[in-house]
Amino acid sequence: MNKLSRRQIITTGLAATAAASGLAVAGKLAGRYGLIPPDSGGIYGPGETLTYVAQRVLTRHTLAREFSQSQISNDPFANSVDPLGEEFQRFQSGAFVDWRLAVDGMIARPAFFSVAELKSFPARTQITMIGCEEGWTYIAEWTGVPLSHILELVGTLPQARYVVYRSIQPEAWDSIDMAEALHPQTLVSYGMNGVDLPVPFGGPLRMRIPRQLGYKNVKYITRLTITDNLKQFGKGLGSGELGAEDGYAWYAGI
Amino acid sequence: MRLEFDGYSVHSACTIGTLSRMTETIRPRHSLFVRVTHWLTVLSFLSLLVTGVEIIISHPRFYWGETGNVNTRPLFTIPIPSSRSSVPTGYGYVLPDQNGWSRYLHFQSAWIVAGTGLLYVAFGFFGGHFRRNLLPARSDLSPKRLGISIAHHLRFERPSSEEAWSYNVLQRLTYLVVIFLCFPLIIWTGLAMSPAFESLVPATVLGGHQSARTIHFFMTGFLVVFLLLHVLMVVLAGFRNRMRAMISGRVTEPQERV
Repeated sequence: MNKLSRRQIITTGLAATAAASGLAVAGKLAGRYGLIPPDSGGIYGPGETLTYVAQRVLTRHTLAREFSQSQISNDPFANSVDPLGEEFQRFQSGAFVDWRLAVDGMIARPAFFSVAELKSFPARTQITMIGCEEGWTYIAEWTGVPLSHILELVGTLPQARYVVYRSIQPEAWDSIDMAEALHPQTLVSYGMNGVDLPVPFGGPLRMRIPRQLGYKNVKYITRLTITDNLKQFGKGLGSGELGAEDGYAWYAGI
Repeated sequence: MRLEFDGYSVHSACTIGTLSRMTETIRPRHSLFVRVTHWLTVLSFLSLLVTGVEIIISHPRFYWGETGNVNTRPLFTIPIPSSRSSVPTGYGYVLPDQNGWSRYLHFQSAWIVAGTGLLYVAFGFFGGHFRRNLLPARSDLSPKRLGISIAHHLRFERPSSEEAWSYNVLQRLTYLVVIFLCFPLIIWTGLAMSPAFESLVPATVLGGHQSARTIHFFMTGFLVVFLLLHVLMVVLAGFRNRMRAMISGRVTEPQERV
């Protein structure tokens, strides 16, 4: 009995040491490759970091499924949004001619783009699914400028690591890492199912990130900020009151 | 009296209760590895269940195919209130949103249960646990022997004392189905709901994104039924003794004979 339990204690001890040092090495490596999500503190940090690392390793370049025309949903659901203020209504009554997308941060050439200018850039049209963290989905055809094109145009500096995007609704801001920002299916979208993006669905401009959940696809985009550090935005969790500051994960690939 | 288990055999002169207690310390009923992985799975399963229910409350409607939302006719609806005002439930109130922490904890528990499961399966194959303890003997699979075992269970008979040391045939088959069918399927359908994972392994084979969600829900139901029956069987077999066997590994013979 004594012998057996001593062996068990040693084996368990060795396994625990191996697991702990494995985790420490994994943590170091993850940090080195920038794979620590901004909301990695707290009791859910380990699971969140594991998910982020695993999905970045496995799916850095994979493409979201694209569907056929016949699979486009007849009944897309726009979801509810906080009331849009007077400022938005002024833009809307002017058919969004005065709407601007500001781009700043770690770039060579800060810029403002009108919707018409964005429409003049090389466009990508894709039929993809949008899924809410609640569980519901719909499929639509989205048209927009690949975010990678905008990042190239403004001369993004090599040390940039995240793109922060802000909405006309101050509480709705979020961010993605460069892997997602440079992904060919990540769009600043202005069209849906062949028409201008309807207001309930985020018109005039909405982030479309088909490999992350609906809440990362912020509506009414007004500003992109390229940065190497998310700590300086809000509470430093990488997204605002509709995201991480409300207890939702920053990385929403799952 | 001679007891034989796991290749070890213990000789003891006892025929009555007092001395048989000596045998309890020789070798555990369940190996330390099985006990640790069992309780890790219990904890993560309960946490996945609670958080899963919280997530369902935000959209208690189920669909088949790729898409489904409040504008779509559901396959079925669970008649409970929701934590979202956009979901028509027939209730006049909206429950508080619990999805933030529920989703964090759901995935953290999923990591624990998947890691535990992988270790358990590796141990089961290479350590001989599956071959020794879970693979039914061919002779037990005859319709007659299966029939006898089913009849025993249907009459809620207390298991014989030898079953304190080994699983019966129905138990083995059920555990194999849970380990090799239910858990892989519930993990896969769970991952199929992840938009990033889905870009690696499309949900098309499962019938679509919403089908994966619906299968995930039914697998949960199946596992909950398994859990309830499992606990019922433990109670019938002698709750204290079976719990002790899974916690400390010890079994006391006399209690089995009462």
